[in-house]
Amino acid sequence: MLLIPCPYCGDRAQTEFTYRGDATVERPVAEDSAEKWYDYVYTRDNPRGEHTEWWHHTSGCRRWFKIRRNTWTHEILGSESAISDQLKG
Amino acid sequence: MNSHRHPVGGTIDREHPITFRFDGKAYSAFDGDTLASALLANGVRIVGRSFKYHRPRGIFGMGVEEPSSMVQLRSGPRSEPNVRATEVEVFDGLEAFSQHCWPSVNLDFGAVINFASPIFPSGFYYKTFMWPASKWMFYEHFIRKAAGLGKSATERDPDTYSKFYQHCDVLIVGAGPTGLSAALSAGQAGAKVVLVEETGQTGGRLNFDDEAVDGKPAQEWVYDTTQKLNLMSNVEVLCRTTAFGFYDQNLLGALERIADHRREPYGREDRQRLRMIRAKQVVVATGAIERSIPFSGNDKPGVMLASAARGYARRFAVRCGKKAVVFTNNDSAYATVSALKSVGVMVEAVIDCRLASPGEDALRHLGNTPLKQGFAISGVRGMRRVKSVEVSRFQDNGEVMGSPETLTCDLVCVSGGWTPTIHLFSHAQGKLMFDEEIGAFVPGEQLGSIEVAGSANGSMSLGACLQQGSDAGSKRSMDSGHKSELQTKIPQVDDSPVTPMQLLWQVPKTRRNSAKRFVDIQNDVTVEDIELAFAEGYVSVEHLKRYTTLGMGTDQGRTSNINGLANLARLRRSDIPSVGHTTFRPPYTPVSMGALAGGEFGTHLSPLRRTPLHEWHESNRAQMLNSGVWKRPFFYIKTGEQVRDAIIRETRQVREKVGIVDVSTLGKIEVQGRDAAEFLERVYINRWKSLPIGRCRYGLMLREDGFVFDDGTTTRVAENEYYMTTTTANAGPVLEHLEFYAQTVWPELHVHLTSVSDQWAGMALAGPDSRNVLGVLIGETEASNENLPYMGFLATRIDGVAVRIFRVSFSGELGYEIHIPSKFAQKVWQAVLEAGREWDIAPYGMEAMTVMRIEKGHVVSAELDGRTTATDLGFERMMKKDVDFVGKRLAERDALVSVGRKQLVGVVSLSGRPIPKGAQIVADREARPPATTTGHVTSSCYSPLMDKEIGLALIVDGRQIYGKELYAASPLTGRTVPVEVTHHIFVDPEGERTRG
Repeated sequence: MLLIPCPYCGDRAQTEFTYRGDATVERPVAEDSAEKWYDYVYTRDNPRGEHTEWWHHTSGCRRWFKIRRNTWTHEILGSESAISDQLKG
Repeated sequence: MNSHRHPVGGTIDREHPITFRFDGKAYSAFDGDTLASALLANGVRIVGRSFKYHRPRGIFGMGVEEPSSMVQLRSGPRSEPNVRATEVEVFDGLEAFSQHCWPSVNLDFGAVINFASPIFPSGFYYKTFMWPASKWMFYEHFIRKAAGLGKSATERDPDTYSKFYQHCDVLIVGAGPTGLSAALSAGQAGAKVVLVEETGQTGGRLNFDDEAVDGKPAQEWVYDTTQKLNLMSNVEVLCRTTAFGFYDQNLLGALERIADHRREPYGREDRQRLRMIRAKQVVVATGAIERSIPFSGNDKPGVMLASAARGYARRFAVRCGKKAVVFTNNDSAYATVSALKSVGVMVEAVIDCRLASPGEDALRHLGNTPLKQGFAISGVRGMRRVKSVEVSRFQDNGEVMGSPETLTCDLVCVSGGWTPTIHLFSHAQGKLMFDEEIGAFVPGEQLGSIEVAGSANGSMSLGACLQQGSDAGSKRSMDSGHKSELQTKIPQVDDSPVTPMQLLWQVPKTRRNSAKRFVDIQNDVTVEDIELAFAEGYVSVEHLKRYTTLGMGTDQGRTSNINGLANLARLRRSDIPSVGHTTFRPPYTPVSMGALAGGEFGTHLSPLRRTPLHEWHESNRAQMLNSGVWKRPFFYIKTGEQVRDAIIRETRQVREKVGIVDVSTLGKIEVQGRDAAEFLERVYINRWKSLPIGRCRYGLMLREDGFVFDDGTTTRVAENEYYMTTTTANAGPVLEHLEFYAQTVWPELHVHLTSVSDQWAGMALAGPDSRNVLGVLIGETEASNENLPYMGFLATRIDGVAVRIFRVSFSGELGYEIHIPSKFAQKVWQAVLEAGREWDIAPYGMEAMTVMRIEKGHVVSAELDGRTTATDLGFERMMKKDVDFVGKRLAERDALVSVGRKQLVGVVSLSGRPIPKGAQIVADREARPPATTTGHVTSSCYSPLMDKEIGLALIVDGRQIYGKELYAASPLTGRTVPVEVTHHIFVDPEGERTRG
């Protein structure tokens, strides 16, 4: 069980959170091509190593935020609120 | 007095004799004994039978490493199989049974396999029973019967278990000299320390090694240190607690055996507790385990680890034999000589394979016992237990030569060196390296916040253990933010130099003695089995393990793994590091299912939810139904009624008069903020900006992939305030979905989402007389069609309680939903019943509600199954063409709008028989699976209104085939019912009743 650093509440047990997946994909605008939309909904990389992902503090502050995590070692490298550009280490 | 117990000595409590039973026979022991020491004290030598050959097996070790003496502990519902006798603390009245033998451990019919063992080489089962494949099921039945060890209890476990989450600065695993020393320095530095110890007492090897600390017996230092730790408020010492696994970010799983050392738990005490400990820093001080040496006959009862024989003598004053021979390749086993002598065991000789003289300390322990240097035991005589050993000269090239000498003895104490216990470090992904000096794997690096210290780190001397423990304790407490003011004093010990061990992985067979040489005595894996596996191409350790079962089983090869690897390396003509080791995986020792489940079983497996009206339902003859996590009224039965009668009565009540139903389980979300309308436009398929204040609208949400997610009504309560309802099951997921879009996709929108599901109770008042009832409650003008039209909203008061009234209908009748602050729910519910008395109002349950929604063609989760689109369900005209919303783009893709998709339709039974739920729609009455189906039935019921069996179904291009006759086939129930395809709204398709 991971210890998740919620940017609002601090370190909390993984059981309080919901995982969503890749946080680097951006929702296309309506005018974008079908391919772009298809990629947004279905296509995801499955990297071995660093991965920026969405987590939701479901049983806590109910904020969505980003975590940079190593999928190979499970090391958590940093977390950041949803609207920040930079991930703090 | 026990026959094999010395009159004095040991740390057992001779004031407290106790009685226990083994295989039905009563024996005596003392408080402080383990089951193994108690059996040995009573002269019981054969305790179990081996896994494959059913060979007689005695007690081999004295702790967690024990491979052979496994017993069935206790009887009845608390009975537990495969328990190591060496780890069981004896209590008065204990019952244990030998296992894996029939009719008894001394006369085991299964032992015929032993005589036939030449035809049972490794891989025997794979090779013999693989053909013909169809017969495997037949063979398996008998193989399973012959295999296996104890039996699990079949009755319900009477004990309770719990889970405990804990945080600390420094977690120390193992309370031997290293762990105690670490805990002392970390504790003195002020760190929050947890020290876990798997046995019932602190001290580790100091409990049975004759060593001195600060000039006093080591046991005194153990006692003093433990006392000091117990007095520190920042230190918690947990005995009978095994740290069994290391998980991410220093989370350790530990099993605390609270009551296993007693007959049963006291009162309401838990039997075991699962502790999940999150530590800033971890010190692994798990020590080392002695290993055996493979030589002919090394599995016979009477052969045991030197450390175990020493331990039984020192700690329990037990004589494991009358006359002993010690066989070693290192200095540590010499201490066994003095220990054995101290309880009156004669030591015939020490056989040391080394030519070099042992160290000074070893010689002190040896005393005047004969020492044979450069010799090895090449064979053991005796059928059921050791009678004598053959000793041969051992050469540098690993061969034995000359004519062997016979030494009479009934106890062989063997030491092949010590293997550090590095399981936890390996669980933490730590890399290992092979240490030639001790012939074992040790940590090859230190991980950031985990430190392996003492014998577990390959440092075997007591001085090194105390020093490393203390250093690790201060360093780790400092790393967790606690600096020690005072320098911890390391106690003085007298470590004299030891002579290096000689790696010895097997003693060759001789012509006179060619009995099996066991590597793994639990799984009956011999040196020859490894040779055979190698010859057949199993050259990788992982393959070797699986082919021969080496290192599997309940002991996981703690005394045998290295010997196995080393023999494989010998055959491969390579070194041990390049052969590598198998992967260590948690748990270190078995963890009971009860402890893993904790309190989460039965009705506590998931939370149970009751609506604010629950008590009323229960006291008014409601039959309650489990609906997801909720308890909801199914129907309310009257005296003399059958279930079917009650349901029909309730639907008629609503269709003809008026009824109320509890809808408190609906999800409710407040959507607020100046961009709330814009937000709703983006998450629903239909329009929201045009919705006036005080009006409700039905809304449908898609997932981004274009399929329907959820539906519900949303009301504009004020300019920037909307009150959304969701389906019961999706209350949580919808909020999470909305929060994701609000927070991450459109953070620029000013919108705030709050779940108010628990704050509001809800009830639906429905039926032709519902307006009259409402009129009594809030006044006729207020309740009039003009003031509260269809899809209208009113915030008002009933009996002084502020309520929200929505004119929406799920049943298809004129109806209202009244939402009430939860704690006033019952008051308002009763007020409504009171007001409706004149019109014979009655409550109705889930089933009547379901019947009416099917008649009305409303969709629920059976239809919103994640595979249906808005078009499939007939909502295509609701979809906005001009603006973007979640799921719009993918809902427009070809596959989702093309012909050939299943569409929502109604089905009516033509035979009058019920339509099976989940039935497949087929064109041919005689169709049998596998058959082409064109759809399936999603919901069905008897419609009292139409007096017909009806249902909803998803059928390919269903809206084009109204009137067509098809068949609803249910292979599950064996029923096929002819049905007619109809429109999905059976009652009042124009909505005149609801709008009236």
